Amino acid sequence: MNPEVALPILIPFVAGSLSLVFFRSNAAQRWIGVIGTGALLVSSLVLLYNTWSHGVLVMEMGNWPAPFGIVLVSDLLGAIMTVLAGIMGFAVAVYSLPSISADHETFGYYPLTHLLLAGVCGAFLTGDIFNLYVWVEVLLIASFGLLILGGERGQMEGAVKYVTLNLFSSIMLLAGVGLTYGMTGTLNMADLAVKLPEVENQGLVTVVAMLFLVSFGIKSAAFPLFFWLPASYHTPPVAVSALFAGLLTKVGVYALYRFFTLLFSHDVGYTHELLLWMAGFTMITGVLGAAAHYEMRRILSFHIVSQIGYMIMGLALYTPLALIGGVFYIVHHIIVKANLFLVAGVVYFLRGSYELKEVGGVWHTRPWLGLLFLVPAMSLAGIPPLSGFFGKYMLIRAGVEVESWGIVLVALVVGLLTLFSMVKIWAEAFWKAQPEETGERARRFEAALPQSAVVLMVLPIIGLAAITVFIGLGAQPIYAIANAAAAQLLDSSDYIEAVLGVRP
Amino acid sequence: MESVMAVVVGALFAASVYMMLRRSLVKLVIGLILLSNAANLLIFTVSGLTRGKPPLIPEGMDLPAGGWADPLPQALILTAIVIGFGVLAFAVVLIRRAYEVVGEDDLDKMRSTDL
Repeated sequence: MNPEVALPILIPFVAGSLSLVFFRSNAAQRWIGVIGTGALLVSSLVLLYNTWSHGVLVMEMGNWPAPFGIVLVSDLLGAIMTVLAGIMGFAVAVYSLPSISADHETFGYYPLTHLLLAGVCGAFLTGDIFNLYVWVEVLLIASFGLLILGGERGQMEGAVKYVTLNLFSSIMLLAGVGLTYGMTGTLNMADLAVKLPEVENQGLVTVVAMLFLVSFGIKSAAFPLFFWLPASYHTPPVAVSALFAGLLTKVGVYALYRFFTLLFSHDVGYTHELLLWMAGFTMITGVLGAAAHYEMRRILSFHIVSQIGYMIMGLALYTPLALIGGVFYIVHHIIVKANLFLVAGVVYFLRGSYELKEVGGVWHTRPWLGLLFLVPAMSLAGIPPLSGFFGKYMLIRAGVEVESWGIVLVALVVGLLTLFSMVKIWAEAFWKAQPEETGERARRFEAALPQSAVVLMVLPIIGLAAITVFIGLGAQPIYAIANAAAAQLLDSSDYIEAVLGVRP
Repeated sequence: MESVMAVVVGALFAASVYMMLRRSLVKLVIGLILLSNAANLLIFTVSGLTRGKPPLIPEGMDLPAGGWADPLPQALILTAIVIGFGVLAFAVVLIRRAYEVVGEDDLDKMRSTDL
């Protein structure tokens, strides 16, 4: 019995409930927001440490033995993702203090954020596929609420697409879960890993795998199922965008990693080949979409799509090095992508617009913000010695090793085009002078922004940038953890033994 | 009986996709409702339909006598119905609010942020 496995789910639930108790007091909710997400971060770090030192940790809910009851399982991948959720939650909670307006707070911003984090951590830690569906719904409901906070026209339009496609994907997931149960009579992932290869009709297993692929493909915004993401991620308040950018699509990627290593690795030649094509097209379409846009949040949203391609590429190549690179890339991406949204938010609060044509001159008034933008931007493009370089290096090297030249070429070209997009934001928002037509609004916004708000917004940006530099300069420890996580993914016998108690 | 249910599930899935591909917001939500029910019936059907055999263990025995109906899918469906109800209630409110803000029932008109 390892109670620490449940803590990253329980803490946000308790914090969310407390926020509801103090629904009328925004000040109390802010404190609960920072303390609750801080506690989540600490508990997730403890979980990672324990998983690292003791191996896969399992907690049986209600003491029902696996595979009959629901289990929570923390293997290294799950624990790493939980830590990232903790970092994101804490950074965004601090950033929300000055950036979320009082009406948004009054309409339940903090309870929804906690609920979202609970759902995300639950999805990362559960060892039961139906339970995964439930957690995905929990985080979806919370994300629906966060997406429409404020209720502006653009948000409603984005939300209709977001809600429809995500509900569709959840129902595909549910249908897949049902069919899996019909074939095997179990829902426990470890038990499924044992029983799925014994199913007589392996063609049916592949069909069900495709249902899961479509479902998690939509959730992770992979080609050709990504259209809901750029249609909706630029509409909510920027702290919400950052949280979504960091965590939501990564739940889909995590689920793909889990399902297509533990459960559906029986026909790698078919499923993973398909994943490889998806990865390549995801990278290309995402980066081309970003190149065509001139609104900061839209550029960054399209870059989420293109970066998802790299993560799926790691899974699709399915070699040890590729999986290490994929896990490393997920760690790097969550930190960097959320940070870019946070910087874009500060530019908005200084200039009053996200349109690159309407902003400029930030370098002249706040040069340190320009430097803080460059750290995640160059890291995203993969410039050494920042974190993105090592992730891309491992993935591309893995591609070269299996002589999959097409994907290597795509990954290199997309890296270059990413640099183009980042330089575009840099040149337009930071380098060029503020355009005269919008100068009045920019001065008004800058004058209205108190210094304390700037400090509170910049603190999480500095923190995340420091993590990016640390991952880049001290890549070895992260590599070691990613290496162990990939080893657990490729050889699932530790996972199965921890859950079922017998070695397969 | 399973084959009849399979046809029903298939028809529901087809109808829901048809409704979702229409341009009207209301039809979109009707499509989602059908889809969610189709998935529930699918779970119900794939685990096998057993009539009149409750999964009760008689006193003094370890297993129910003869065959028994699997209770787990029904627990799953119950959970899925509750979740689906909550999500669809949200979707209904969302389309009402979207209609108020946009003033159109046509999904093709909802692209002011895409341009």
